[in-house]
Amino acid sequence: MDLNKEQLLDMYKKMVTIRAFESKAVELFAAGQIPGFVHLYLGEEAIATGVCASLEKKDYIASTHRGHGHLIAKGGDIKIMMAELFGRTTGYCKGKGGSMHIADVDLGILGANGIVGAGMPLATGAAFTCKYKGNGAVAVAFFGDGASDRATFHESLNLASTWKLPIVFLCENNGWAISNSQENHQNVTDISDRASGYGIPGVSVDGNDVIAVYEAAAAAIDRARKGDGPTLVECKSWRWRGHFEGDPGAYKDPKDQEEWLAKDPIPRLEKNLLKLKYATQAELDDIKAAADAELEAAIKFAESSPVPDPSELFTDVYAD
Amino acid sequence: MKQMTYAEAIRDGMRVAMQNDPNVYLQGEDVAQFGGCFGVTAGLYDEFGPKRVMNTPISEAVIIGSAVGAALTGLRPIAEIMFVDFMGCCMDELFNQAAKLRYMNGGKCQVPMVLRTPCGAGQGAAAQHSQSVESWFTHIPGVKTVMPSTPADAKGLMMAAIKDNNPVMYIEHKQLLTVPGDVPEGEYVVPLGKADIKREGSDITIVAWSWMLQKALAAAEELAKKGINAEVLDPRTLIPLDKDAILKSVAKTGKLLIVHEEVKTSGFGGEIAAMVGEEGFDYLDAPIKRLASPDTPIPFAPVLENAFIPSEEKIIKAVEGFF
Ligand SMILES: Cc1ncc(C[n+]2csc(CCOP(=O)(O)OP(=O)(O)O)c2C)c(N)n1
Repeated sequence: MDLNKEQLLDMYKKMVTIRAFESKAVELFAAGQIPGFVHLYLGEEAIATGVCASLEKKDYIASTHRGHGHLIAKGGDIKIMMAELFGRTTGYCKGKGGSMHIADVDLGILGANGIVGAGMPLATGAAFTCKYKGNGAVAVAFFGDGASDRATFHESLNLASTWKLPIVFLCENNGWAISNSQENHQNVTDISDRASGYGIPGVSVDGNDVIAVYEAAAAAIDRARKGDGPTLVECKSWRWRGHFEGDPGAYKDPKDQEEWLAKDPIPRLEKNLLKLKYATQAELDDIKAAADAELEAAIKFAESSPVPDPSELFTDVYAD
Repeated sequence: MKQMTYAEAIRDGMRVAMQNDPNVYLQGEDVAQFGGCFGVTAGLYDEFGPKRVMNTPISEAVIIGSAVGAALTGLRPIAEIMFVDFMGCCMDELFNQAAKLRYMNGGKCQVPMVLRTPCGAGQGAAAQHSQSVESWFTHIPGVKTVMPSTPADAKGLMMAAIKDNNPVMYIEHKQLLTVPGDVPEGEYVVPLGKADIKREGSDITIVAWSWMLQKALAAAEELAKKGINAEVLDPRTLIPLDKDAILKSVAKTGKLLIVHEEVKTSGFGGEIAAMVGEEGFDYLDAPIKRLASPDTPIPFAPVLENAFIPSEEKIIKAVEGFF
């Protein structure tokens, strides 16, 4: 593990920021302040954080409907994100996209996506651009266990491996596709086993261990940057909440839920930081408090931002 | 008669059909124990078991493709696509396979299947979960397209769709799912291709379907207070289209407004307008009007989404424009 103190503390900060953002989103949605569908990343914070730690600004990610964590980890501004959740003009999409469609191509964020499995072909195209331009950038496609059943999974892995594109297929196996547990929707346990069908490496790691995620993703990203082609990385984790806010998740076995809650990735990293003496408990508490304060500021910003003028309906349908 | 919601009526139609015909089965994402994303299939798994009510993986191409294959070989599948917006993921299975196999085979086979899917805006669900795209399907010879607007029609058209020996797109509207109404019990069939005058009137014909039908009815009540007596016609099925009923109504009123939620350009309202222009021009004493969503994707922010959806007020204004 070649992570230094600064990197690890930075990961910690990212993870607690995602946690704070999602926890607030729970409250705001329940209070009726966020319209539409909201899919939360609670419990999966280590994945986006561990992966994006090896990405540069020029690199691309394709996100999913459960995208807040990816966006924060890739450098998204929580104020602008929150404003988008509220449907305000100051949001990433001027209020036209909402939670499911936040994108910022300048930050390399090709977008959250309402269509499951749609990000993989887009990331494959971004990886093609990187190779075409020879700019040393790479793309990461985030997708769920459920999305690995889409035709787009097969087509993307096949094309990207054949063309040796600089891409990492990053599967977030959180055990669920809405109400379907993994064993109900596919006949494999390790989704990474499918890599052999495309002649590329596949690895499965503990998605609640940010250092394990970091190491696996760093190796895959490095391989992509060197021009050796794609890797399929599977991070095993658990969706803490229902599929979207409003789904009580009654289909989950409470025992499983309890077990996974105990594997919370944040205290795990805390323990490590304390053991390595990279931080005191008081310093960690300060980081959390700072994240909470940042969140409060983001909500204020969102609340005080203007709603779009109805004439905005007609703008940006076509490029000039 | 029994009071039920539109969602319960759809379910009741499927239930009775499944009781009557062991070859009818249901598949789709989360349709089993979970009861579907909108609860429409709740309880069917408990009643019919895992052989006839199946959760599928997130694999739209094979959800529809396998239904086509099963239909070709003697079963009568009901396949659900969770939102009509996901139809892009299985269009080949519908428009090159289901729709054409019989014709290409010289009529020696048939594809009796129902593709159920919800449409519509109004939930803040943005551009990929709110669309109405019925004219994608009406443009495919070989496919029938059904869009119920009331609980009773929802049941009767579901039972008709299941009995039909062709692929039927059965499009339910998310905003109607909780609307209650009287529904006949047991076997109840509303034939495909028969329009229904939901409100009689003499001054103008409003043709609308699905959610817009309900809005047109509400608008008509307001218009009545202003002395305009609108006839509201629900085609119920777009293909086959009950041209006679539309022409007859226009012959009576002399004016036609068509209201739909899908975007205006290339929307099905254009088809109805052209049909009346060709076959009923002499009946008209004013140009035909269409009120539809503007040609934009569906925005997230509620103020923008509200501006997008054809509202009761917009219908009233459009009708008043005739007089
Ligand atoms: C093509 C398509 N099919 C179905 C859906 C509905 N849907 C949204 S999320 C989801 C489950 C996704 O599961 P997974 O990929 O494992 O991601 P997770 O939600 O667990 O993060 C489904 C079925 C969709 N949005 N797009």
